[in-house]
Amino acid sequence: MSFKTSGAFLCCLACLCFLGLGCLPLRAETILIRDATILTIAQGTLRGSIVIRDGKIAQVGRNVAEPPGARVIEASGQYVMPGIVDCHSHIAVDGNVNEQSVSVSSMVDIRDVINPEDIAIYRALAGGVTTANILHGSANAVGGQTVVLKMRWGKSAREMIFEGAPPGLKLALGENPKRQGNPPAANVRYPATRMGIEDTIRQAFLDAKAYKAQWDDYEARAARGEHVLAPRKDLSLEPLKEVLEGKRFLHVHSYRADEILMLLRLADEYGFQVRTLHHAVEGYKIAREIAAHGASVSTFSDWWSFKVEAFDAIPYNAAVLEKKGVLVSLSSDDPELMRHLNTEAAKVMKYGGLSETEALAMVTLNPAKQLAIDARVGSIEPGKDADLVIYDRHPLSNYAKVQKVFIDGQLYFDRAQAKSVVREVE
Amino acid sequence: MMSGRTSFKFSLFLACAASLAASDADTLLLRNVDVYPMIGPRLTAASILVQDGKIALIGAKIAAPKGVRIVDGQGLRAYPGLIDSGTELGLAEIADLRVTVDSGELGAFMPQLRALTAVNPDSEHFRVVRANGITSVVTFPSTENGERNGGERQIVAGQAALIHAAGWTWEEMAVNGSAALLLIFPSLPVNQPGFAEAKRTYDREIQQIDEFFDQARRYERAKTAGGSNFKIDLKLEAMLPVLDSRLPVAISAEREPAISDAIEFAGRQKIRMILLAPRELGKAAAKLKERNIPVVLGRTLDLPLHEDDPYDSAFTLPAQAWRAGLKIAFGTFDNEFVRDLPYNAATAVAYGLPYEEALKAVTINAAEIWGAGGQIGSLEKGKWADMMLTDGDPFETRTQIKALFIKGREVDLKNRQTQLYEKYLNRP
Repeated sequence: MSFKTSGAFLCCLACLCFLGLGCLPLRAETILIRDATILTIAQGTLRGSIVIRDGKIAQVGRNVAEPPGARVIEASGQYVMPGIVDCHSHIAVDGNVNEQSVSVSSMVDIRDVINPEDIAIYRALAGGVTTANILHGSANAVGGQTVVLKMRWGKSAREMIFEGAPPGLKLALGENPKRQGNPPAANVRYPATRMGIEDTIRQAFLDAKAYKAQWDDYEARAARGEHVLAPRKDLSLEPLKEVLEGKRFLHVHSYRADEILMLLRLADEYGFQVRTLHHAVEGYKIAREIAAHGASVSTFSDWWSFKVEAFDAIPYNAAVLEKKGVLVSLSSDDPELMRHLNTEAAKVMKYGGLSETEALAMVTLNPAKQLAIDARVGSIEPGKDADLVIYDRHPLSNYAKVQKVFIDGQLYFDRAQAKSVVREVE
Repeated sequence: MMSGRTSFKFSLFLACAASLAASDADTLLLRNVDVYPMIGPRLTAASILVQDGKIALIGAKIAAPKGVRIVDGQGLRAYPGLIDSGTELGLAEIADLRVTVDSGELGAFMPQLRALTAVNPDSEHFRVVRANGITSVVTFPSTENGERNGGERQIVAGQAALIHAAGWTWEEMAVNGSAALLLIFPSLPVNQPGFAEAKRTYDREIQQIDEFFDQARRYERAKTAGGSNFKIDLKLEAMLPVLDSRLPVAISAEREPAISDAIEFAGRQKIRMILLAPRELGKAAAKLKERNIPVVLGRTLDLPLHEDDPYDSAFTLPAQAWRAGLKIAFGTFDNEFVRDLPYNAATAVAYGLPYEEALKAVTINAAEIWGAGGQIGSLEKGKWADMMLTDGDPFETRTQIKALFIKGREVDLKNRQTQLYEKYLNRP
C-alpha cells in the first residue's frame, strides 16, 4: 500500500461536509505571516511569508503580495513549521484506555470516549501539536478502534475529530498483552505468551474472513435481486472486516523483531496490510522485512531499558529504518513528551546522522502520511490546512519556544496570551 | 548545522582506549581546544596538561613534558564532564524487572544502607550515559518518591553515593561514597476525599521521623557515655554523621507545604538539608534561600504539577529557583533519561535560566552540593581530569561528544546501542 491519500477518503470527507458533521464554521479571516524562516518540509526552507485564507494556506513564498485587510503577524527572525502530528497518543481519553476484560476488544471505539476538556490537549497544543492519533491501550492482542483528532482546544469532542481521517484499529504484541495472562493480573485470561498472541490474532482474522465471506455472498446475491436475509452484524468482527477490505488502518503495538515478523507473515497469509508498527523498538533488526511488507513505523526517539523487551531499543532505530526505505515517524505515547516532539526529532540527527528536513518530517509529514491525512496536513504548501507553528528559534534547537499555533487558520495558542510563570516572575 | 565539521579521528585515541588498564594512560597533553572551565575565563586554542589523572596545568601554551602523549583537540571545546544529581545508576538495569533492580529496600528507616556497594560497574547504563558526556552521577538507594513494588513506604532510604561513570570497581568509581542520606518526606494529597485522614498520616509520619532522629541523638549520648551495656546499632550508628552535619540529608518533597515542613524539620533537627526534586517552590523559595539550602531539581521536561498550573511551570521552575537566589543542580531521576540531562538544562535556559547558571548546575554546583567541589565539576588545576570534548554547545541535541575523559583516562564511547546500530545497519 502506498502512503498516499486515496480518493475514497477524500470522498468520505466530502460526504461528512455534506452532512454537516465535520465542517467547522471557518472564520474567513485572512492572515499574513510576514518575513519568517519557513520550514515547508515538502519544498525546502525559505525566508518569506505565508498567506492564510479561509483556514487554508493560500500562498507561500519569498515575495507574496500582501492581501489588503489581512491580519499581519510579524515573524522576522522566527521560524514557521507545519503543525506537529503525533501518531501515537492516549490523551483526551475519558477513563481507562484499555477494555481489559477480553483479548479481542475490537468492538470498542475511542471515538466514544473523547474528553475535549482534557488539559493535555491544551498542553500538547502549546507544544506545537495540531493533530494526534488517539489509540486504545495495549492490554489486548486485538484492541479497540482509534480516532484522529485535531487539537481544537475549546471545541466539542465531535468538532475535534479530524474530518475524513481513516479510522484505525489497534493490535498489541509482546509483554503488554501477555500481562493479562500472567500473575499478578487479577483475572488471568488467555493469552499469556507470544505464541498465544499469534493464535488470538489469527483466530480473530480467521473469523473476520468467514464473516466477510458471508457478507460478500449476501451482497452479491442481493445485488442479483435475490431475496436473502442479511447476516447478523458482529461488532467485533466488523472493524477486522474493514481491515481486510483496506478501509481501516492497523496500528500495531510491538517491540521485538520476532513478534513483528510474526505479524507481517500473518498479514501476508491473510491478505491484510499492516499500516503502522508502533514503538517497534527492534524494527531496525528487520527493516528489510518491514519495508517489503510496506508497513511504516512510529517509534520513540530514545526510550529504552524500562522493560525487558526494550533493552535492545536503540536511539538509531528511526535512522536505520529510514535509511532502509521505511516511512518513519516519531511519536510520544506520553502527554509530556508530546510537548517537545520537535526536539525529539533532533535526536535522529545526533543518532544516525539524518538531515534537518528528514528529522522534522518525522514529526510532521511522515506521520501525516501514515495516517493518510497528508493531503491536508504535514507540510506547508498552498491548499493545505493552515495548521502552523511559529517558534522563536529553529525548532530543532532545545532553546526554541512555541510562540503561536494555528489550526485551520485560527489562532489556538499564543504564548503572549498564555498563562506563563516566566512572565509572572518578570 | 554540524555538517562540514571535521571528524575527530586519531589513532592515538583508539590506542588509548584499548589500553585502558595501562597505568600511564592518565597522563597526557591536550592541545588546541577551546576551554570552558566553569571557574575562570574561557580560553581559545589552549592546552590542558593531565598528570596521573588530574589536571596539572591549563594555559594558552604549555611546553610538552618529555615523553608525554600529545593529543590534538582539533579546535573542539573542552568542558568539565556533566554530573547528574539524581539517578539510580548501577543499581537498576531494567526498570520493570525487579531482579535487576537493587534500589528500594524494605523498611521505613534504613540509614545504614549504602548505594555505593551495590553499584554494578558493568551496567550498560554507564556506557550509554558516558556517550552523552556524563562523567559523574549521584546514585540513590531509592527513587525520590520511595516507590517500590509492595511493602512499607520508605522514609529514610539509605546513603547516596557520588560516583564516576567509569571504573573497574565501585570502590574506584567512588568520588564521595557517602554523599547524603536520603529522606523521602511524606506527601500530602490535594483535593481528595479523606483529606483529614491523609493529613493525620502525614503528621504522624513527620512525628516518626523526628522520633527516629531523637532516638539517634540518645544513641549518640549513650555511645559518648560509653557504658558497659552499650551495643552497636547499625541503623543509629549510620545516623551519627548526620547529627554532626558531616553528612547532609537529601530530602525529597514535591509540593510547597511539604517543602516548608521539611525546612522546618531540618531546622528543628539542626541537620544540613539538600532539597530534592521539588515540583513547585512558591513561598518555600525564600525559606530555602534564608537557610542556604541547595536544590536538586528534577527533569525540566515534566508536566505541570497541578491541572491549573501554567503549561510551562516545570520548564520555568529552574529560573524561579535561580531568581530566588538558590543554588541549583539537576537530576533526571530515571536511569532511562540520564543521557538527556543536558537537554533538560537547555529547556531551563529557554525558559529563563541564564545559560552559565544552567551549565554550572550540571557541573560545579553539583560537585559542591555533593561534597566534591575540590575534586570535580570544573577544569581546574588539581581536580580530576573529567572532561568532554564536543563539537558545539553541549546543551544542543545535535552536538556530538567526540571524546570523554574520566580521571584523565579516555573512555570508549561505544556501547551496546552503537554496536547494535552498526551490526544491523550492515545487515545484508
